[in-house]
Amino acid sequence: MTTNPQTGRTPVPPSSLAGTPADAPVTDAAPRADRLHADGITVGYDDRVIARDLDVSIPDGSFTVIVGPNACGKSTLLRALSRLLKPSRGQVVLDGRSISSIPAKEVARRLGLLPQSSIAPEGITVADLVARGRYPHQTLLRQWSREDEAAVLGALAATGTTGLADRLVDELSGGQRQRVWVAMVLAQETPILLLDEPTTFLDIAHQIELLELCADLNRDRGHTLVAVLHDLNHACRYATHLIAMKDGAIVAEGAPGDVVTAALVEDVFGLPCRIIPDPVTGTPLVVPEGRPRRA
Amino acid sequence: MSAPVRDQVPTSPGVPDDGGHRRGFGRPTRVVRAFGGRVSLRLDVRTLAVCAALALVGLALGVVALTTGDYPLSVPQVLDALVGAADGPVRLVVVEWRLPRALLALVLGAALGTSGAIFQSITRNPLGSPDVIGFSTGAYTGALVVILVVGGGYAGVAAGALVGGVLTAAAVYLLAYRRGVQGFRLVVVGIAVSAMLASVNQWLVVTADLETAMAAAVWGAGSLHGATWAQAAPASVLAVLLVLPLAWLAPRMGLLELGDDAAAALGLRTERVRLALVVVGVALTALATAAAGPIAFVALAAPQLARRLTGAPGVRLLPAAVMGAVLLAASDLVAQRAFAPTQLPVGVVTVSLGGFYLVWLLVREARK
Repeated sequence: MTTNPQTGRTPVPPSSLAGTPADAPVTDAAPRADRLHADGITVGYDDRVIARDLDVSIPDGSFTVIVGPNACGKSTLLRALSRLLKPSRGQVVLDGRSISSIPAKEVARRLGLLPQSSIAPEGITVADLVARGRYPHQTLLRQWSREDEAAVLGALAATGTTGLADRLVDELSGGQRQRVWVAMVLAQETPILLLDEPTTFLDIAHQIELLELCADLNRDRGHTLVAVLHDLNHACRYATHLIAMKDGAIVAEGAPGDVVTAALVEDVFGLPCRIIPDPVTGTPLVVPEGRPRRA
Repeated sequence: MSAPVRDQVPTSPGVPDDGGHRRGFGRPTRVVRAFGGRVSLRLDVRTLAVCAALALVGLALGVVALTTGDYPLSVPQVLDALVGAADGPVRLVVVEWRLPRALLALVLGAALGTSGAIFQSITRNPLGSPDVIGFSTGAYTGALVVILVVGGGYAGVAAGALVGGVLTAAAVYLLAYRRGVQGFRLVVVGIAVSAMLASVNQWLVVTADLETAMAAAVWGAGSLHGATWAQAAPASVLAVLLVLPLAWLAPRMGLLELGDDAAAALGLRTERVRLALVVVGVALTALATAAAGPIAFVALAAPQLARRLTGAPGVRLLPAAVMGAVLLAASDLVAQRAFAPTQLPVGVVTVSLGGFYLVWLLVREARK
């Protein structure tokens, strides 16, 4: 599983199964200095191991995107990073401490997660839903402080949903609803945000809209973002750091321009393709070979 | 549905308009802050108003229960009796006969309504109420075993109901457990367990001798008839004790409704909170069943009726509790007075009402 894709450019050494310590990509900081990293974790459900001995570090201030084919373990890795899934071996470290040793509410003040499936209770308004993101900051006596109010306002404004605040979540379009869920996670005011396939049920325009929002959050507001995405071209365009996974192992990681090559895509997705520069951004654009349909 | 005024400039959750009301939650909201911000609360005005109105209705039903009957009394007479200034017979009728029954109806109704809200929230399903998912049936089984084997006695039957309800809940919880408990699985497993226990109950009654079977059937109908302080006092104290942890659990219950992942991501220990909620919910149902026998429908209907009145998202505990109290108090009045002097078991009244409600609910769910 340690196939090393031979890339045309200077490749960042892919971390192997054993976990080379050299996967801190470009910074010259000491290895493992990032706020969130996983050290040799083995994760899975019940007895089924999905990924073994993973070493991952999320560069501070990056927009990290995890890509890979279905069932490659990318969502599982994200769940482990968010401590929703406890690794059977190894540990996830947040700010120098094992994440499982930090009280759950304290973790939730530093690290937010937008899960794949969330349920909006029937009849809930947008502002009410976003306000629930404040739970980690609230106590039995302090249930609605001025900070809570300011955070909810800020989250609504940042996601462009201020005008929707009074509306019922049930009435919104898919794109609006996803922005509202992002607003709820933002109201949590965590420096690190994890997003599990945030664009999955959106049409193309809303996908781009959401990714632009994520990029803004990363660039302008300094959030460290980690997202699982299906669309490789979206990942190439918006990620500052890319992690490619296959069969529960990390095949390549680094800046998209450095790691995305035809060989890598063929290796990871089994898709023959060409890589051309994106005419808009210059980032790698994956064009599948397929068979020409017209003569 | 009276929608709040929408034609104003959309202000945000933080901005108070005149009078301290805040808009931006889509509903009138009042924020209370005290002690330099160390204490703060966000209150939903309509929910509070509905709860207050229902509490008044409950109180009025209590007054009706205390003043009417074979021996009609005026309100001043009842008040005299309550403060201990009445003479023998009035005191006896009010304090010893009517008050424990009226109090028990309100308290057990509130307990059932709360328990229903807990399970409907956990299962995210309006059918996920303790009387549907087998806890009441299990409590009946426990009581039956005591009646048939030991031969009854109030404390024994109550203990049997308690043990039966708790064991059934544990069985349903464990059978539905697979990497955590999911709502729909809990409902389906509960209905299956409930069906099995119902046939066990049937078998127990059929094989018993006639007199015992009659006693069992009377208990099984669920009645507040002949309730005394021996039941009302401990039941009320226990209900209050059981409700205390809900102050801590209620906001967490609202988060669980967002889904396990979202709740866990917000820092909730989901399984632990759910288990705590289940324990309190089962205890409240078992308490009501032990005191009065299985009373159906209140736990099922109260949370949903309250939700319709408040228009609040999800099921909430306090409105469900006061609605439950009103439902059971009203049902018990019907049971006492509708065919007087014949006394109906209150369980019969709630089951008849519940039949209509359940049909309506199923039709509505099926159309979704």
